[in-house]
Amino acid sequence: MAKKKDEVVRGAEVSSDGNRAINKFRFGDAVMMLVLVILCLTCVLPFVHLAAKSISSNSAVLAKSVFLWPKDVTLDAYTSLFKDGSMVYSMGYSVVVTAIFTLLGMIACTCAAYPLSKKRLKGRTFFTFLLMFPMYFSAGLIPSYLLVKSLHLLDTMWVLILPLIYSPYNMLIMKTFFQSSIPDSLEESAFLDGATNIQILTKIVIPLSKPIMATLSLFYAVGRWNAYADNKYYIKTDTLKMVQYKLYQMVASATEAQTTTLSEAAAVTSTPEVLQAASVMFVTIPIICIYPFLQKYFVKGVMVGAVKG
Amino acid sequence: MDYKPAKGYDGSKWVGWATFAKVFKDADFIRSLRNSLVFNIMDLLVGFPMPIILALILNELRYPRFKKVTQTILYLPHFLSWAIIGSVAYQMFKPSTGMINIVLQNLGLIETGIPFLTEKYHWAVTYLLIGVWQGMGWGTIIYLAAITGISGELYEAAMIDGAGRWKRMWYITLPGIKGTVVTLLIMNLGRIMGSNFERLDIFGNTQVREFQYQLAIYIYEKGLGNAQFSMSTAVGLFQSLVGLILVLLADRVAKALGEDGLL
Repeated sequence: MAKKKDEVVRGAEVSSDGNRAINKFRFGDAVMMLVLVILCLTCVLPFVHLAAKSISSNSAVLAKSVFLWPKDVTLDAYTSLFKDGSMVYSMGYSVVVTAIFTLLGMIACTCAAYPLSKKRLKGRTFFTFLLMFPMYFSAGLIPSYLLVKSLHLLDTMWVLILPLIYSPYNMLIMKTFFQSSIPDSLEESAFLDGATNIQILTKIVIPLSKPIMATLSLFYAVGRWNAYADNKYYIKTDTLKMVQYKLYQMVASATEAQTTTLSEAAAVTSTPEVLQAASVMFVTIPIICIYPFLQKYFVKGVMVGAVKG
Repeated sequence: MDYKPAKGYDGSKWVGWATFAKVFKDADFIRSLRNSLVFNIMDLLVGFPMPIILALILNELRYPRFKKVTQTILYLPHFLSWAIIGSVAYQMFKPSTGMINIVLQNLGLIETGIPFLTEKYHWAVTYLLIGVWQGMGWGTIIYLAAITGISGELYEAAMIDGAGRWKRMWYITLPGIKGTVVTLLIMNLGRIMGSNFERLDIFGNTQVREFQYQLAIYIYEKGLGNAQFSMSTAVGLFQSLVGLILVLLADRVAKALGEDGLL
């Protein structure tokens, strides 16, 4: 399978080399590259601006003279962020929730995907339908809320973890991978050697599926890390809220301040712009730091999912 | 409100379609339904072609390193939460202190700040564009994968026949990814009723409420805000059902047109 892919890629490269020999750099190339550069700038510049703001002095920001380069560099905003501690605490809390969520999610996902990938499972079509159904149809917010409430999960850490650990989309990707990449003969020979189903799963299938496991863990982790709506629905206690929700609260309060005070000058002095910029950077920097290394796993996951999705 | 959560299904009175009848007469519901449909259709019109165009452009690039860096940067917004995107957007778009307004003012193009996020029509445009911006890079992955599946011989033959770059794009690449386009279109049609609560919520404020009030907000506010469980659930169910029906219909149509379809 992998070899075939290599050949395809090499084939593509050869043909693109062929293109190069025939077509020279044209006006069209310049236009296309310009479009892409502009689009990339829209992704990068806002963060450069925020980073610059976050390490500039209050007065420089209020004078509206900070654009892409910081002025009067100071780390005051970050110092007060760390002194206050609530942002740092919720960051740590979010890491813990995300880690538990990812672990449990992978277990739930494997437990569903492995049996469903086996033709010998009785009632396979039925179970597949049952487990894929939530992808196309969901009852909605209130039934989930009532369920969570009846389970006495409201306002606990577990409400952020348990309801979402089973994801039909991730299960589908894992199942597709198991079916397409792990030969049945391997399992049969293990079976003849006396391995049980559990042993086959833990000793053979999982070690062979490391790449897809990495990808799906990332899907789980990023999904959990980024979502804040369920914090809003289910959680009242401040210490149980994740960092994204804290950020959301900050934005919401800032916009309310801006919309209620009609005079804009008042809004300017009442919103600590620098502090907000620093908070955004504080939450974003970890993602931006690890993202370039993980990106290829995500792309791989989408490709596998696209085979049947 | 005949369903009492404490009593469960057995203890609650059976009201038949009464709740649905009430919902469809509710002015708030009609308004949120209209907003949802209008915004989602616009999202589809603007947002759906964008990744296809980008994928075509990326595919034509000749410098692998440039391509790789561009892709990495364009995928980034997909990994940021709406909380982050929202706060960045406010920092960029605020009328008085947002960078874009300051730059435009300094250039002398505008007198006072443009209310990108606090006036409903401006808000609508900003909201849509931010949505497109967030999804455009990520959306290219599937199309790029589909494009690599097209046989290189086709391009060679076309080149020998004298087809230029645009001709090749139009007659080979686009037909080659037609199946993928149709599949993704079906999936997107299913989302025409739903909307992302977080995206609406983070950009919400009193001035733009008229447009921002969509089904997701209705369900949240009626259900969790006012504890009108029955109404809110009915709307949620209606939303899911219409979404499902749309997917099934679109799938039928695609199959009738000779495409693979989704299911």
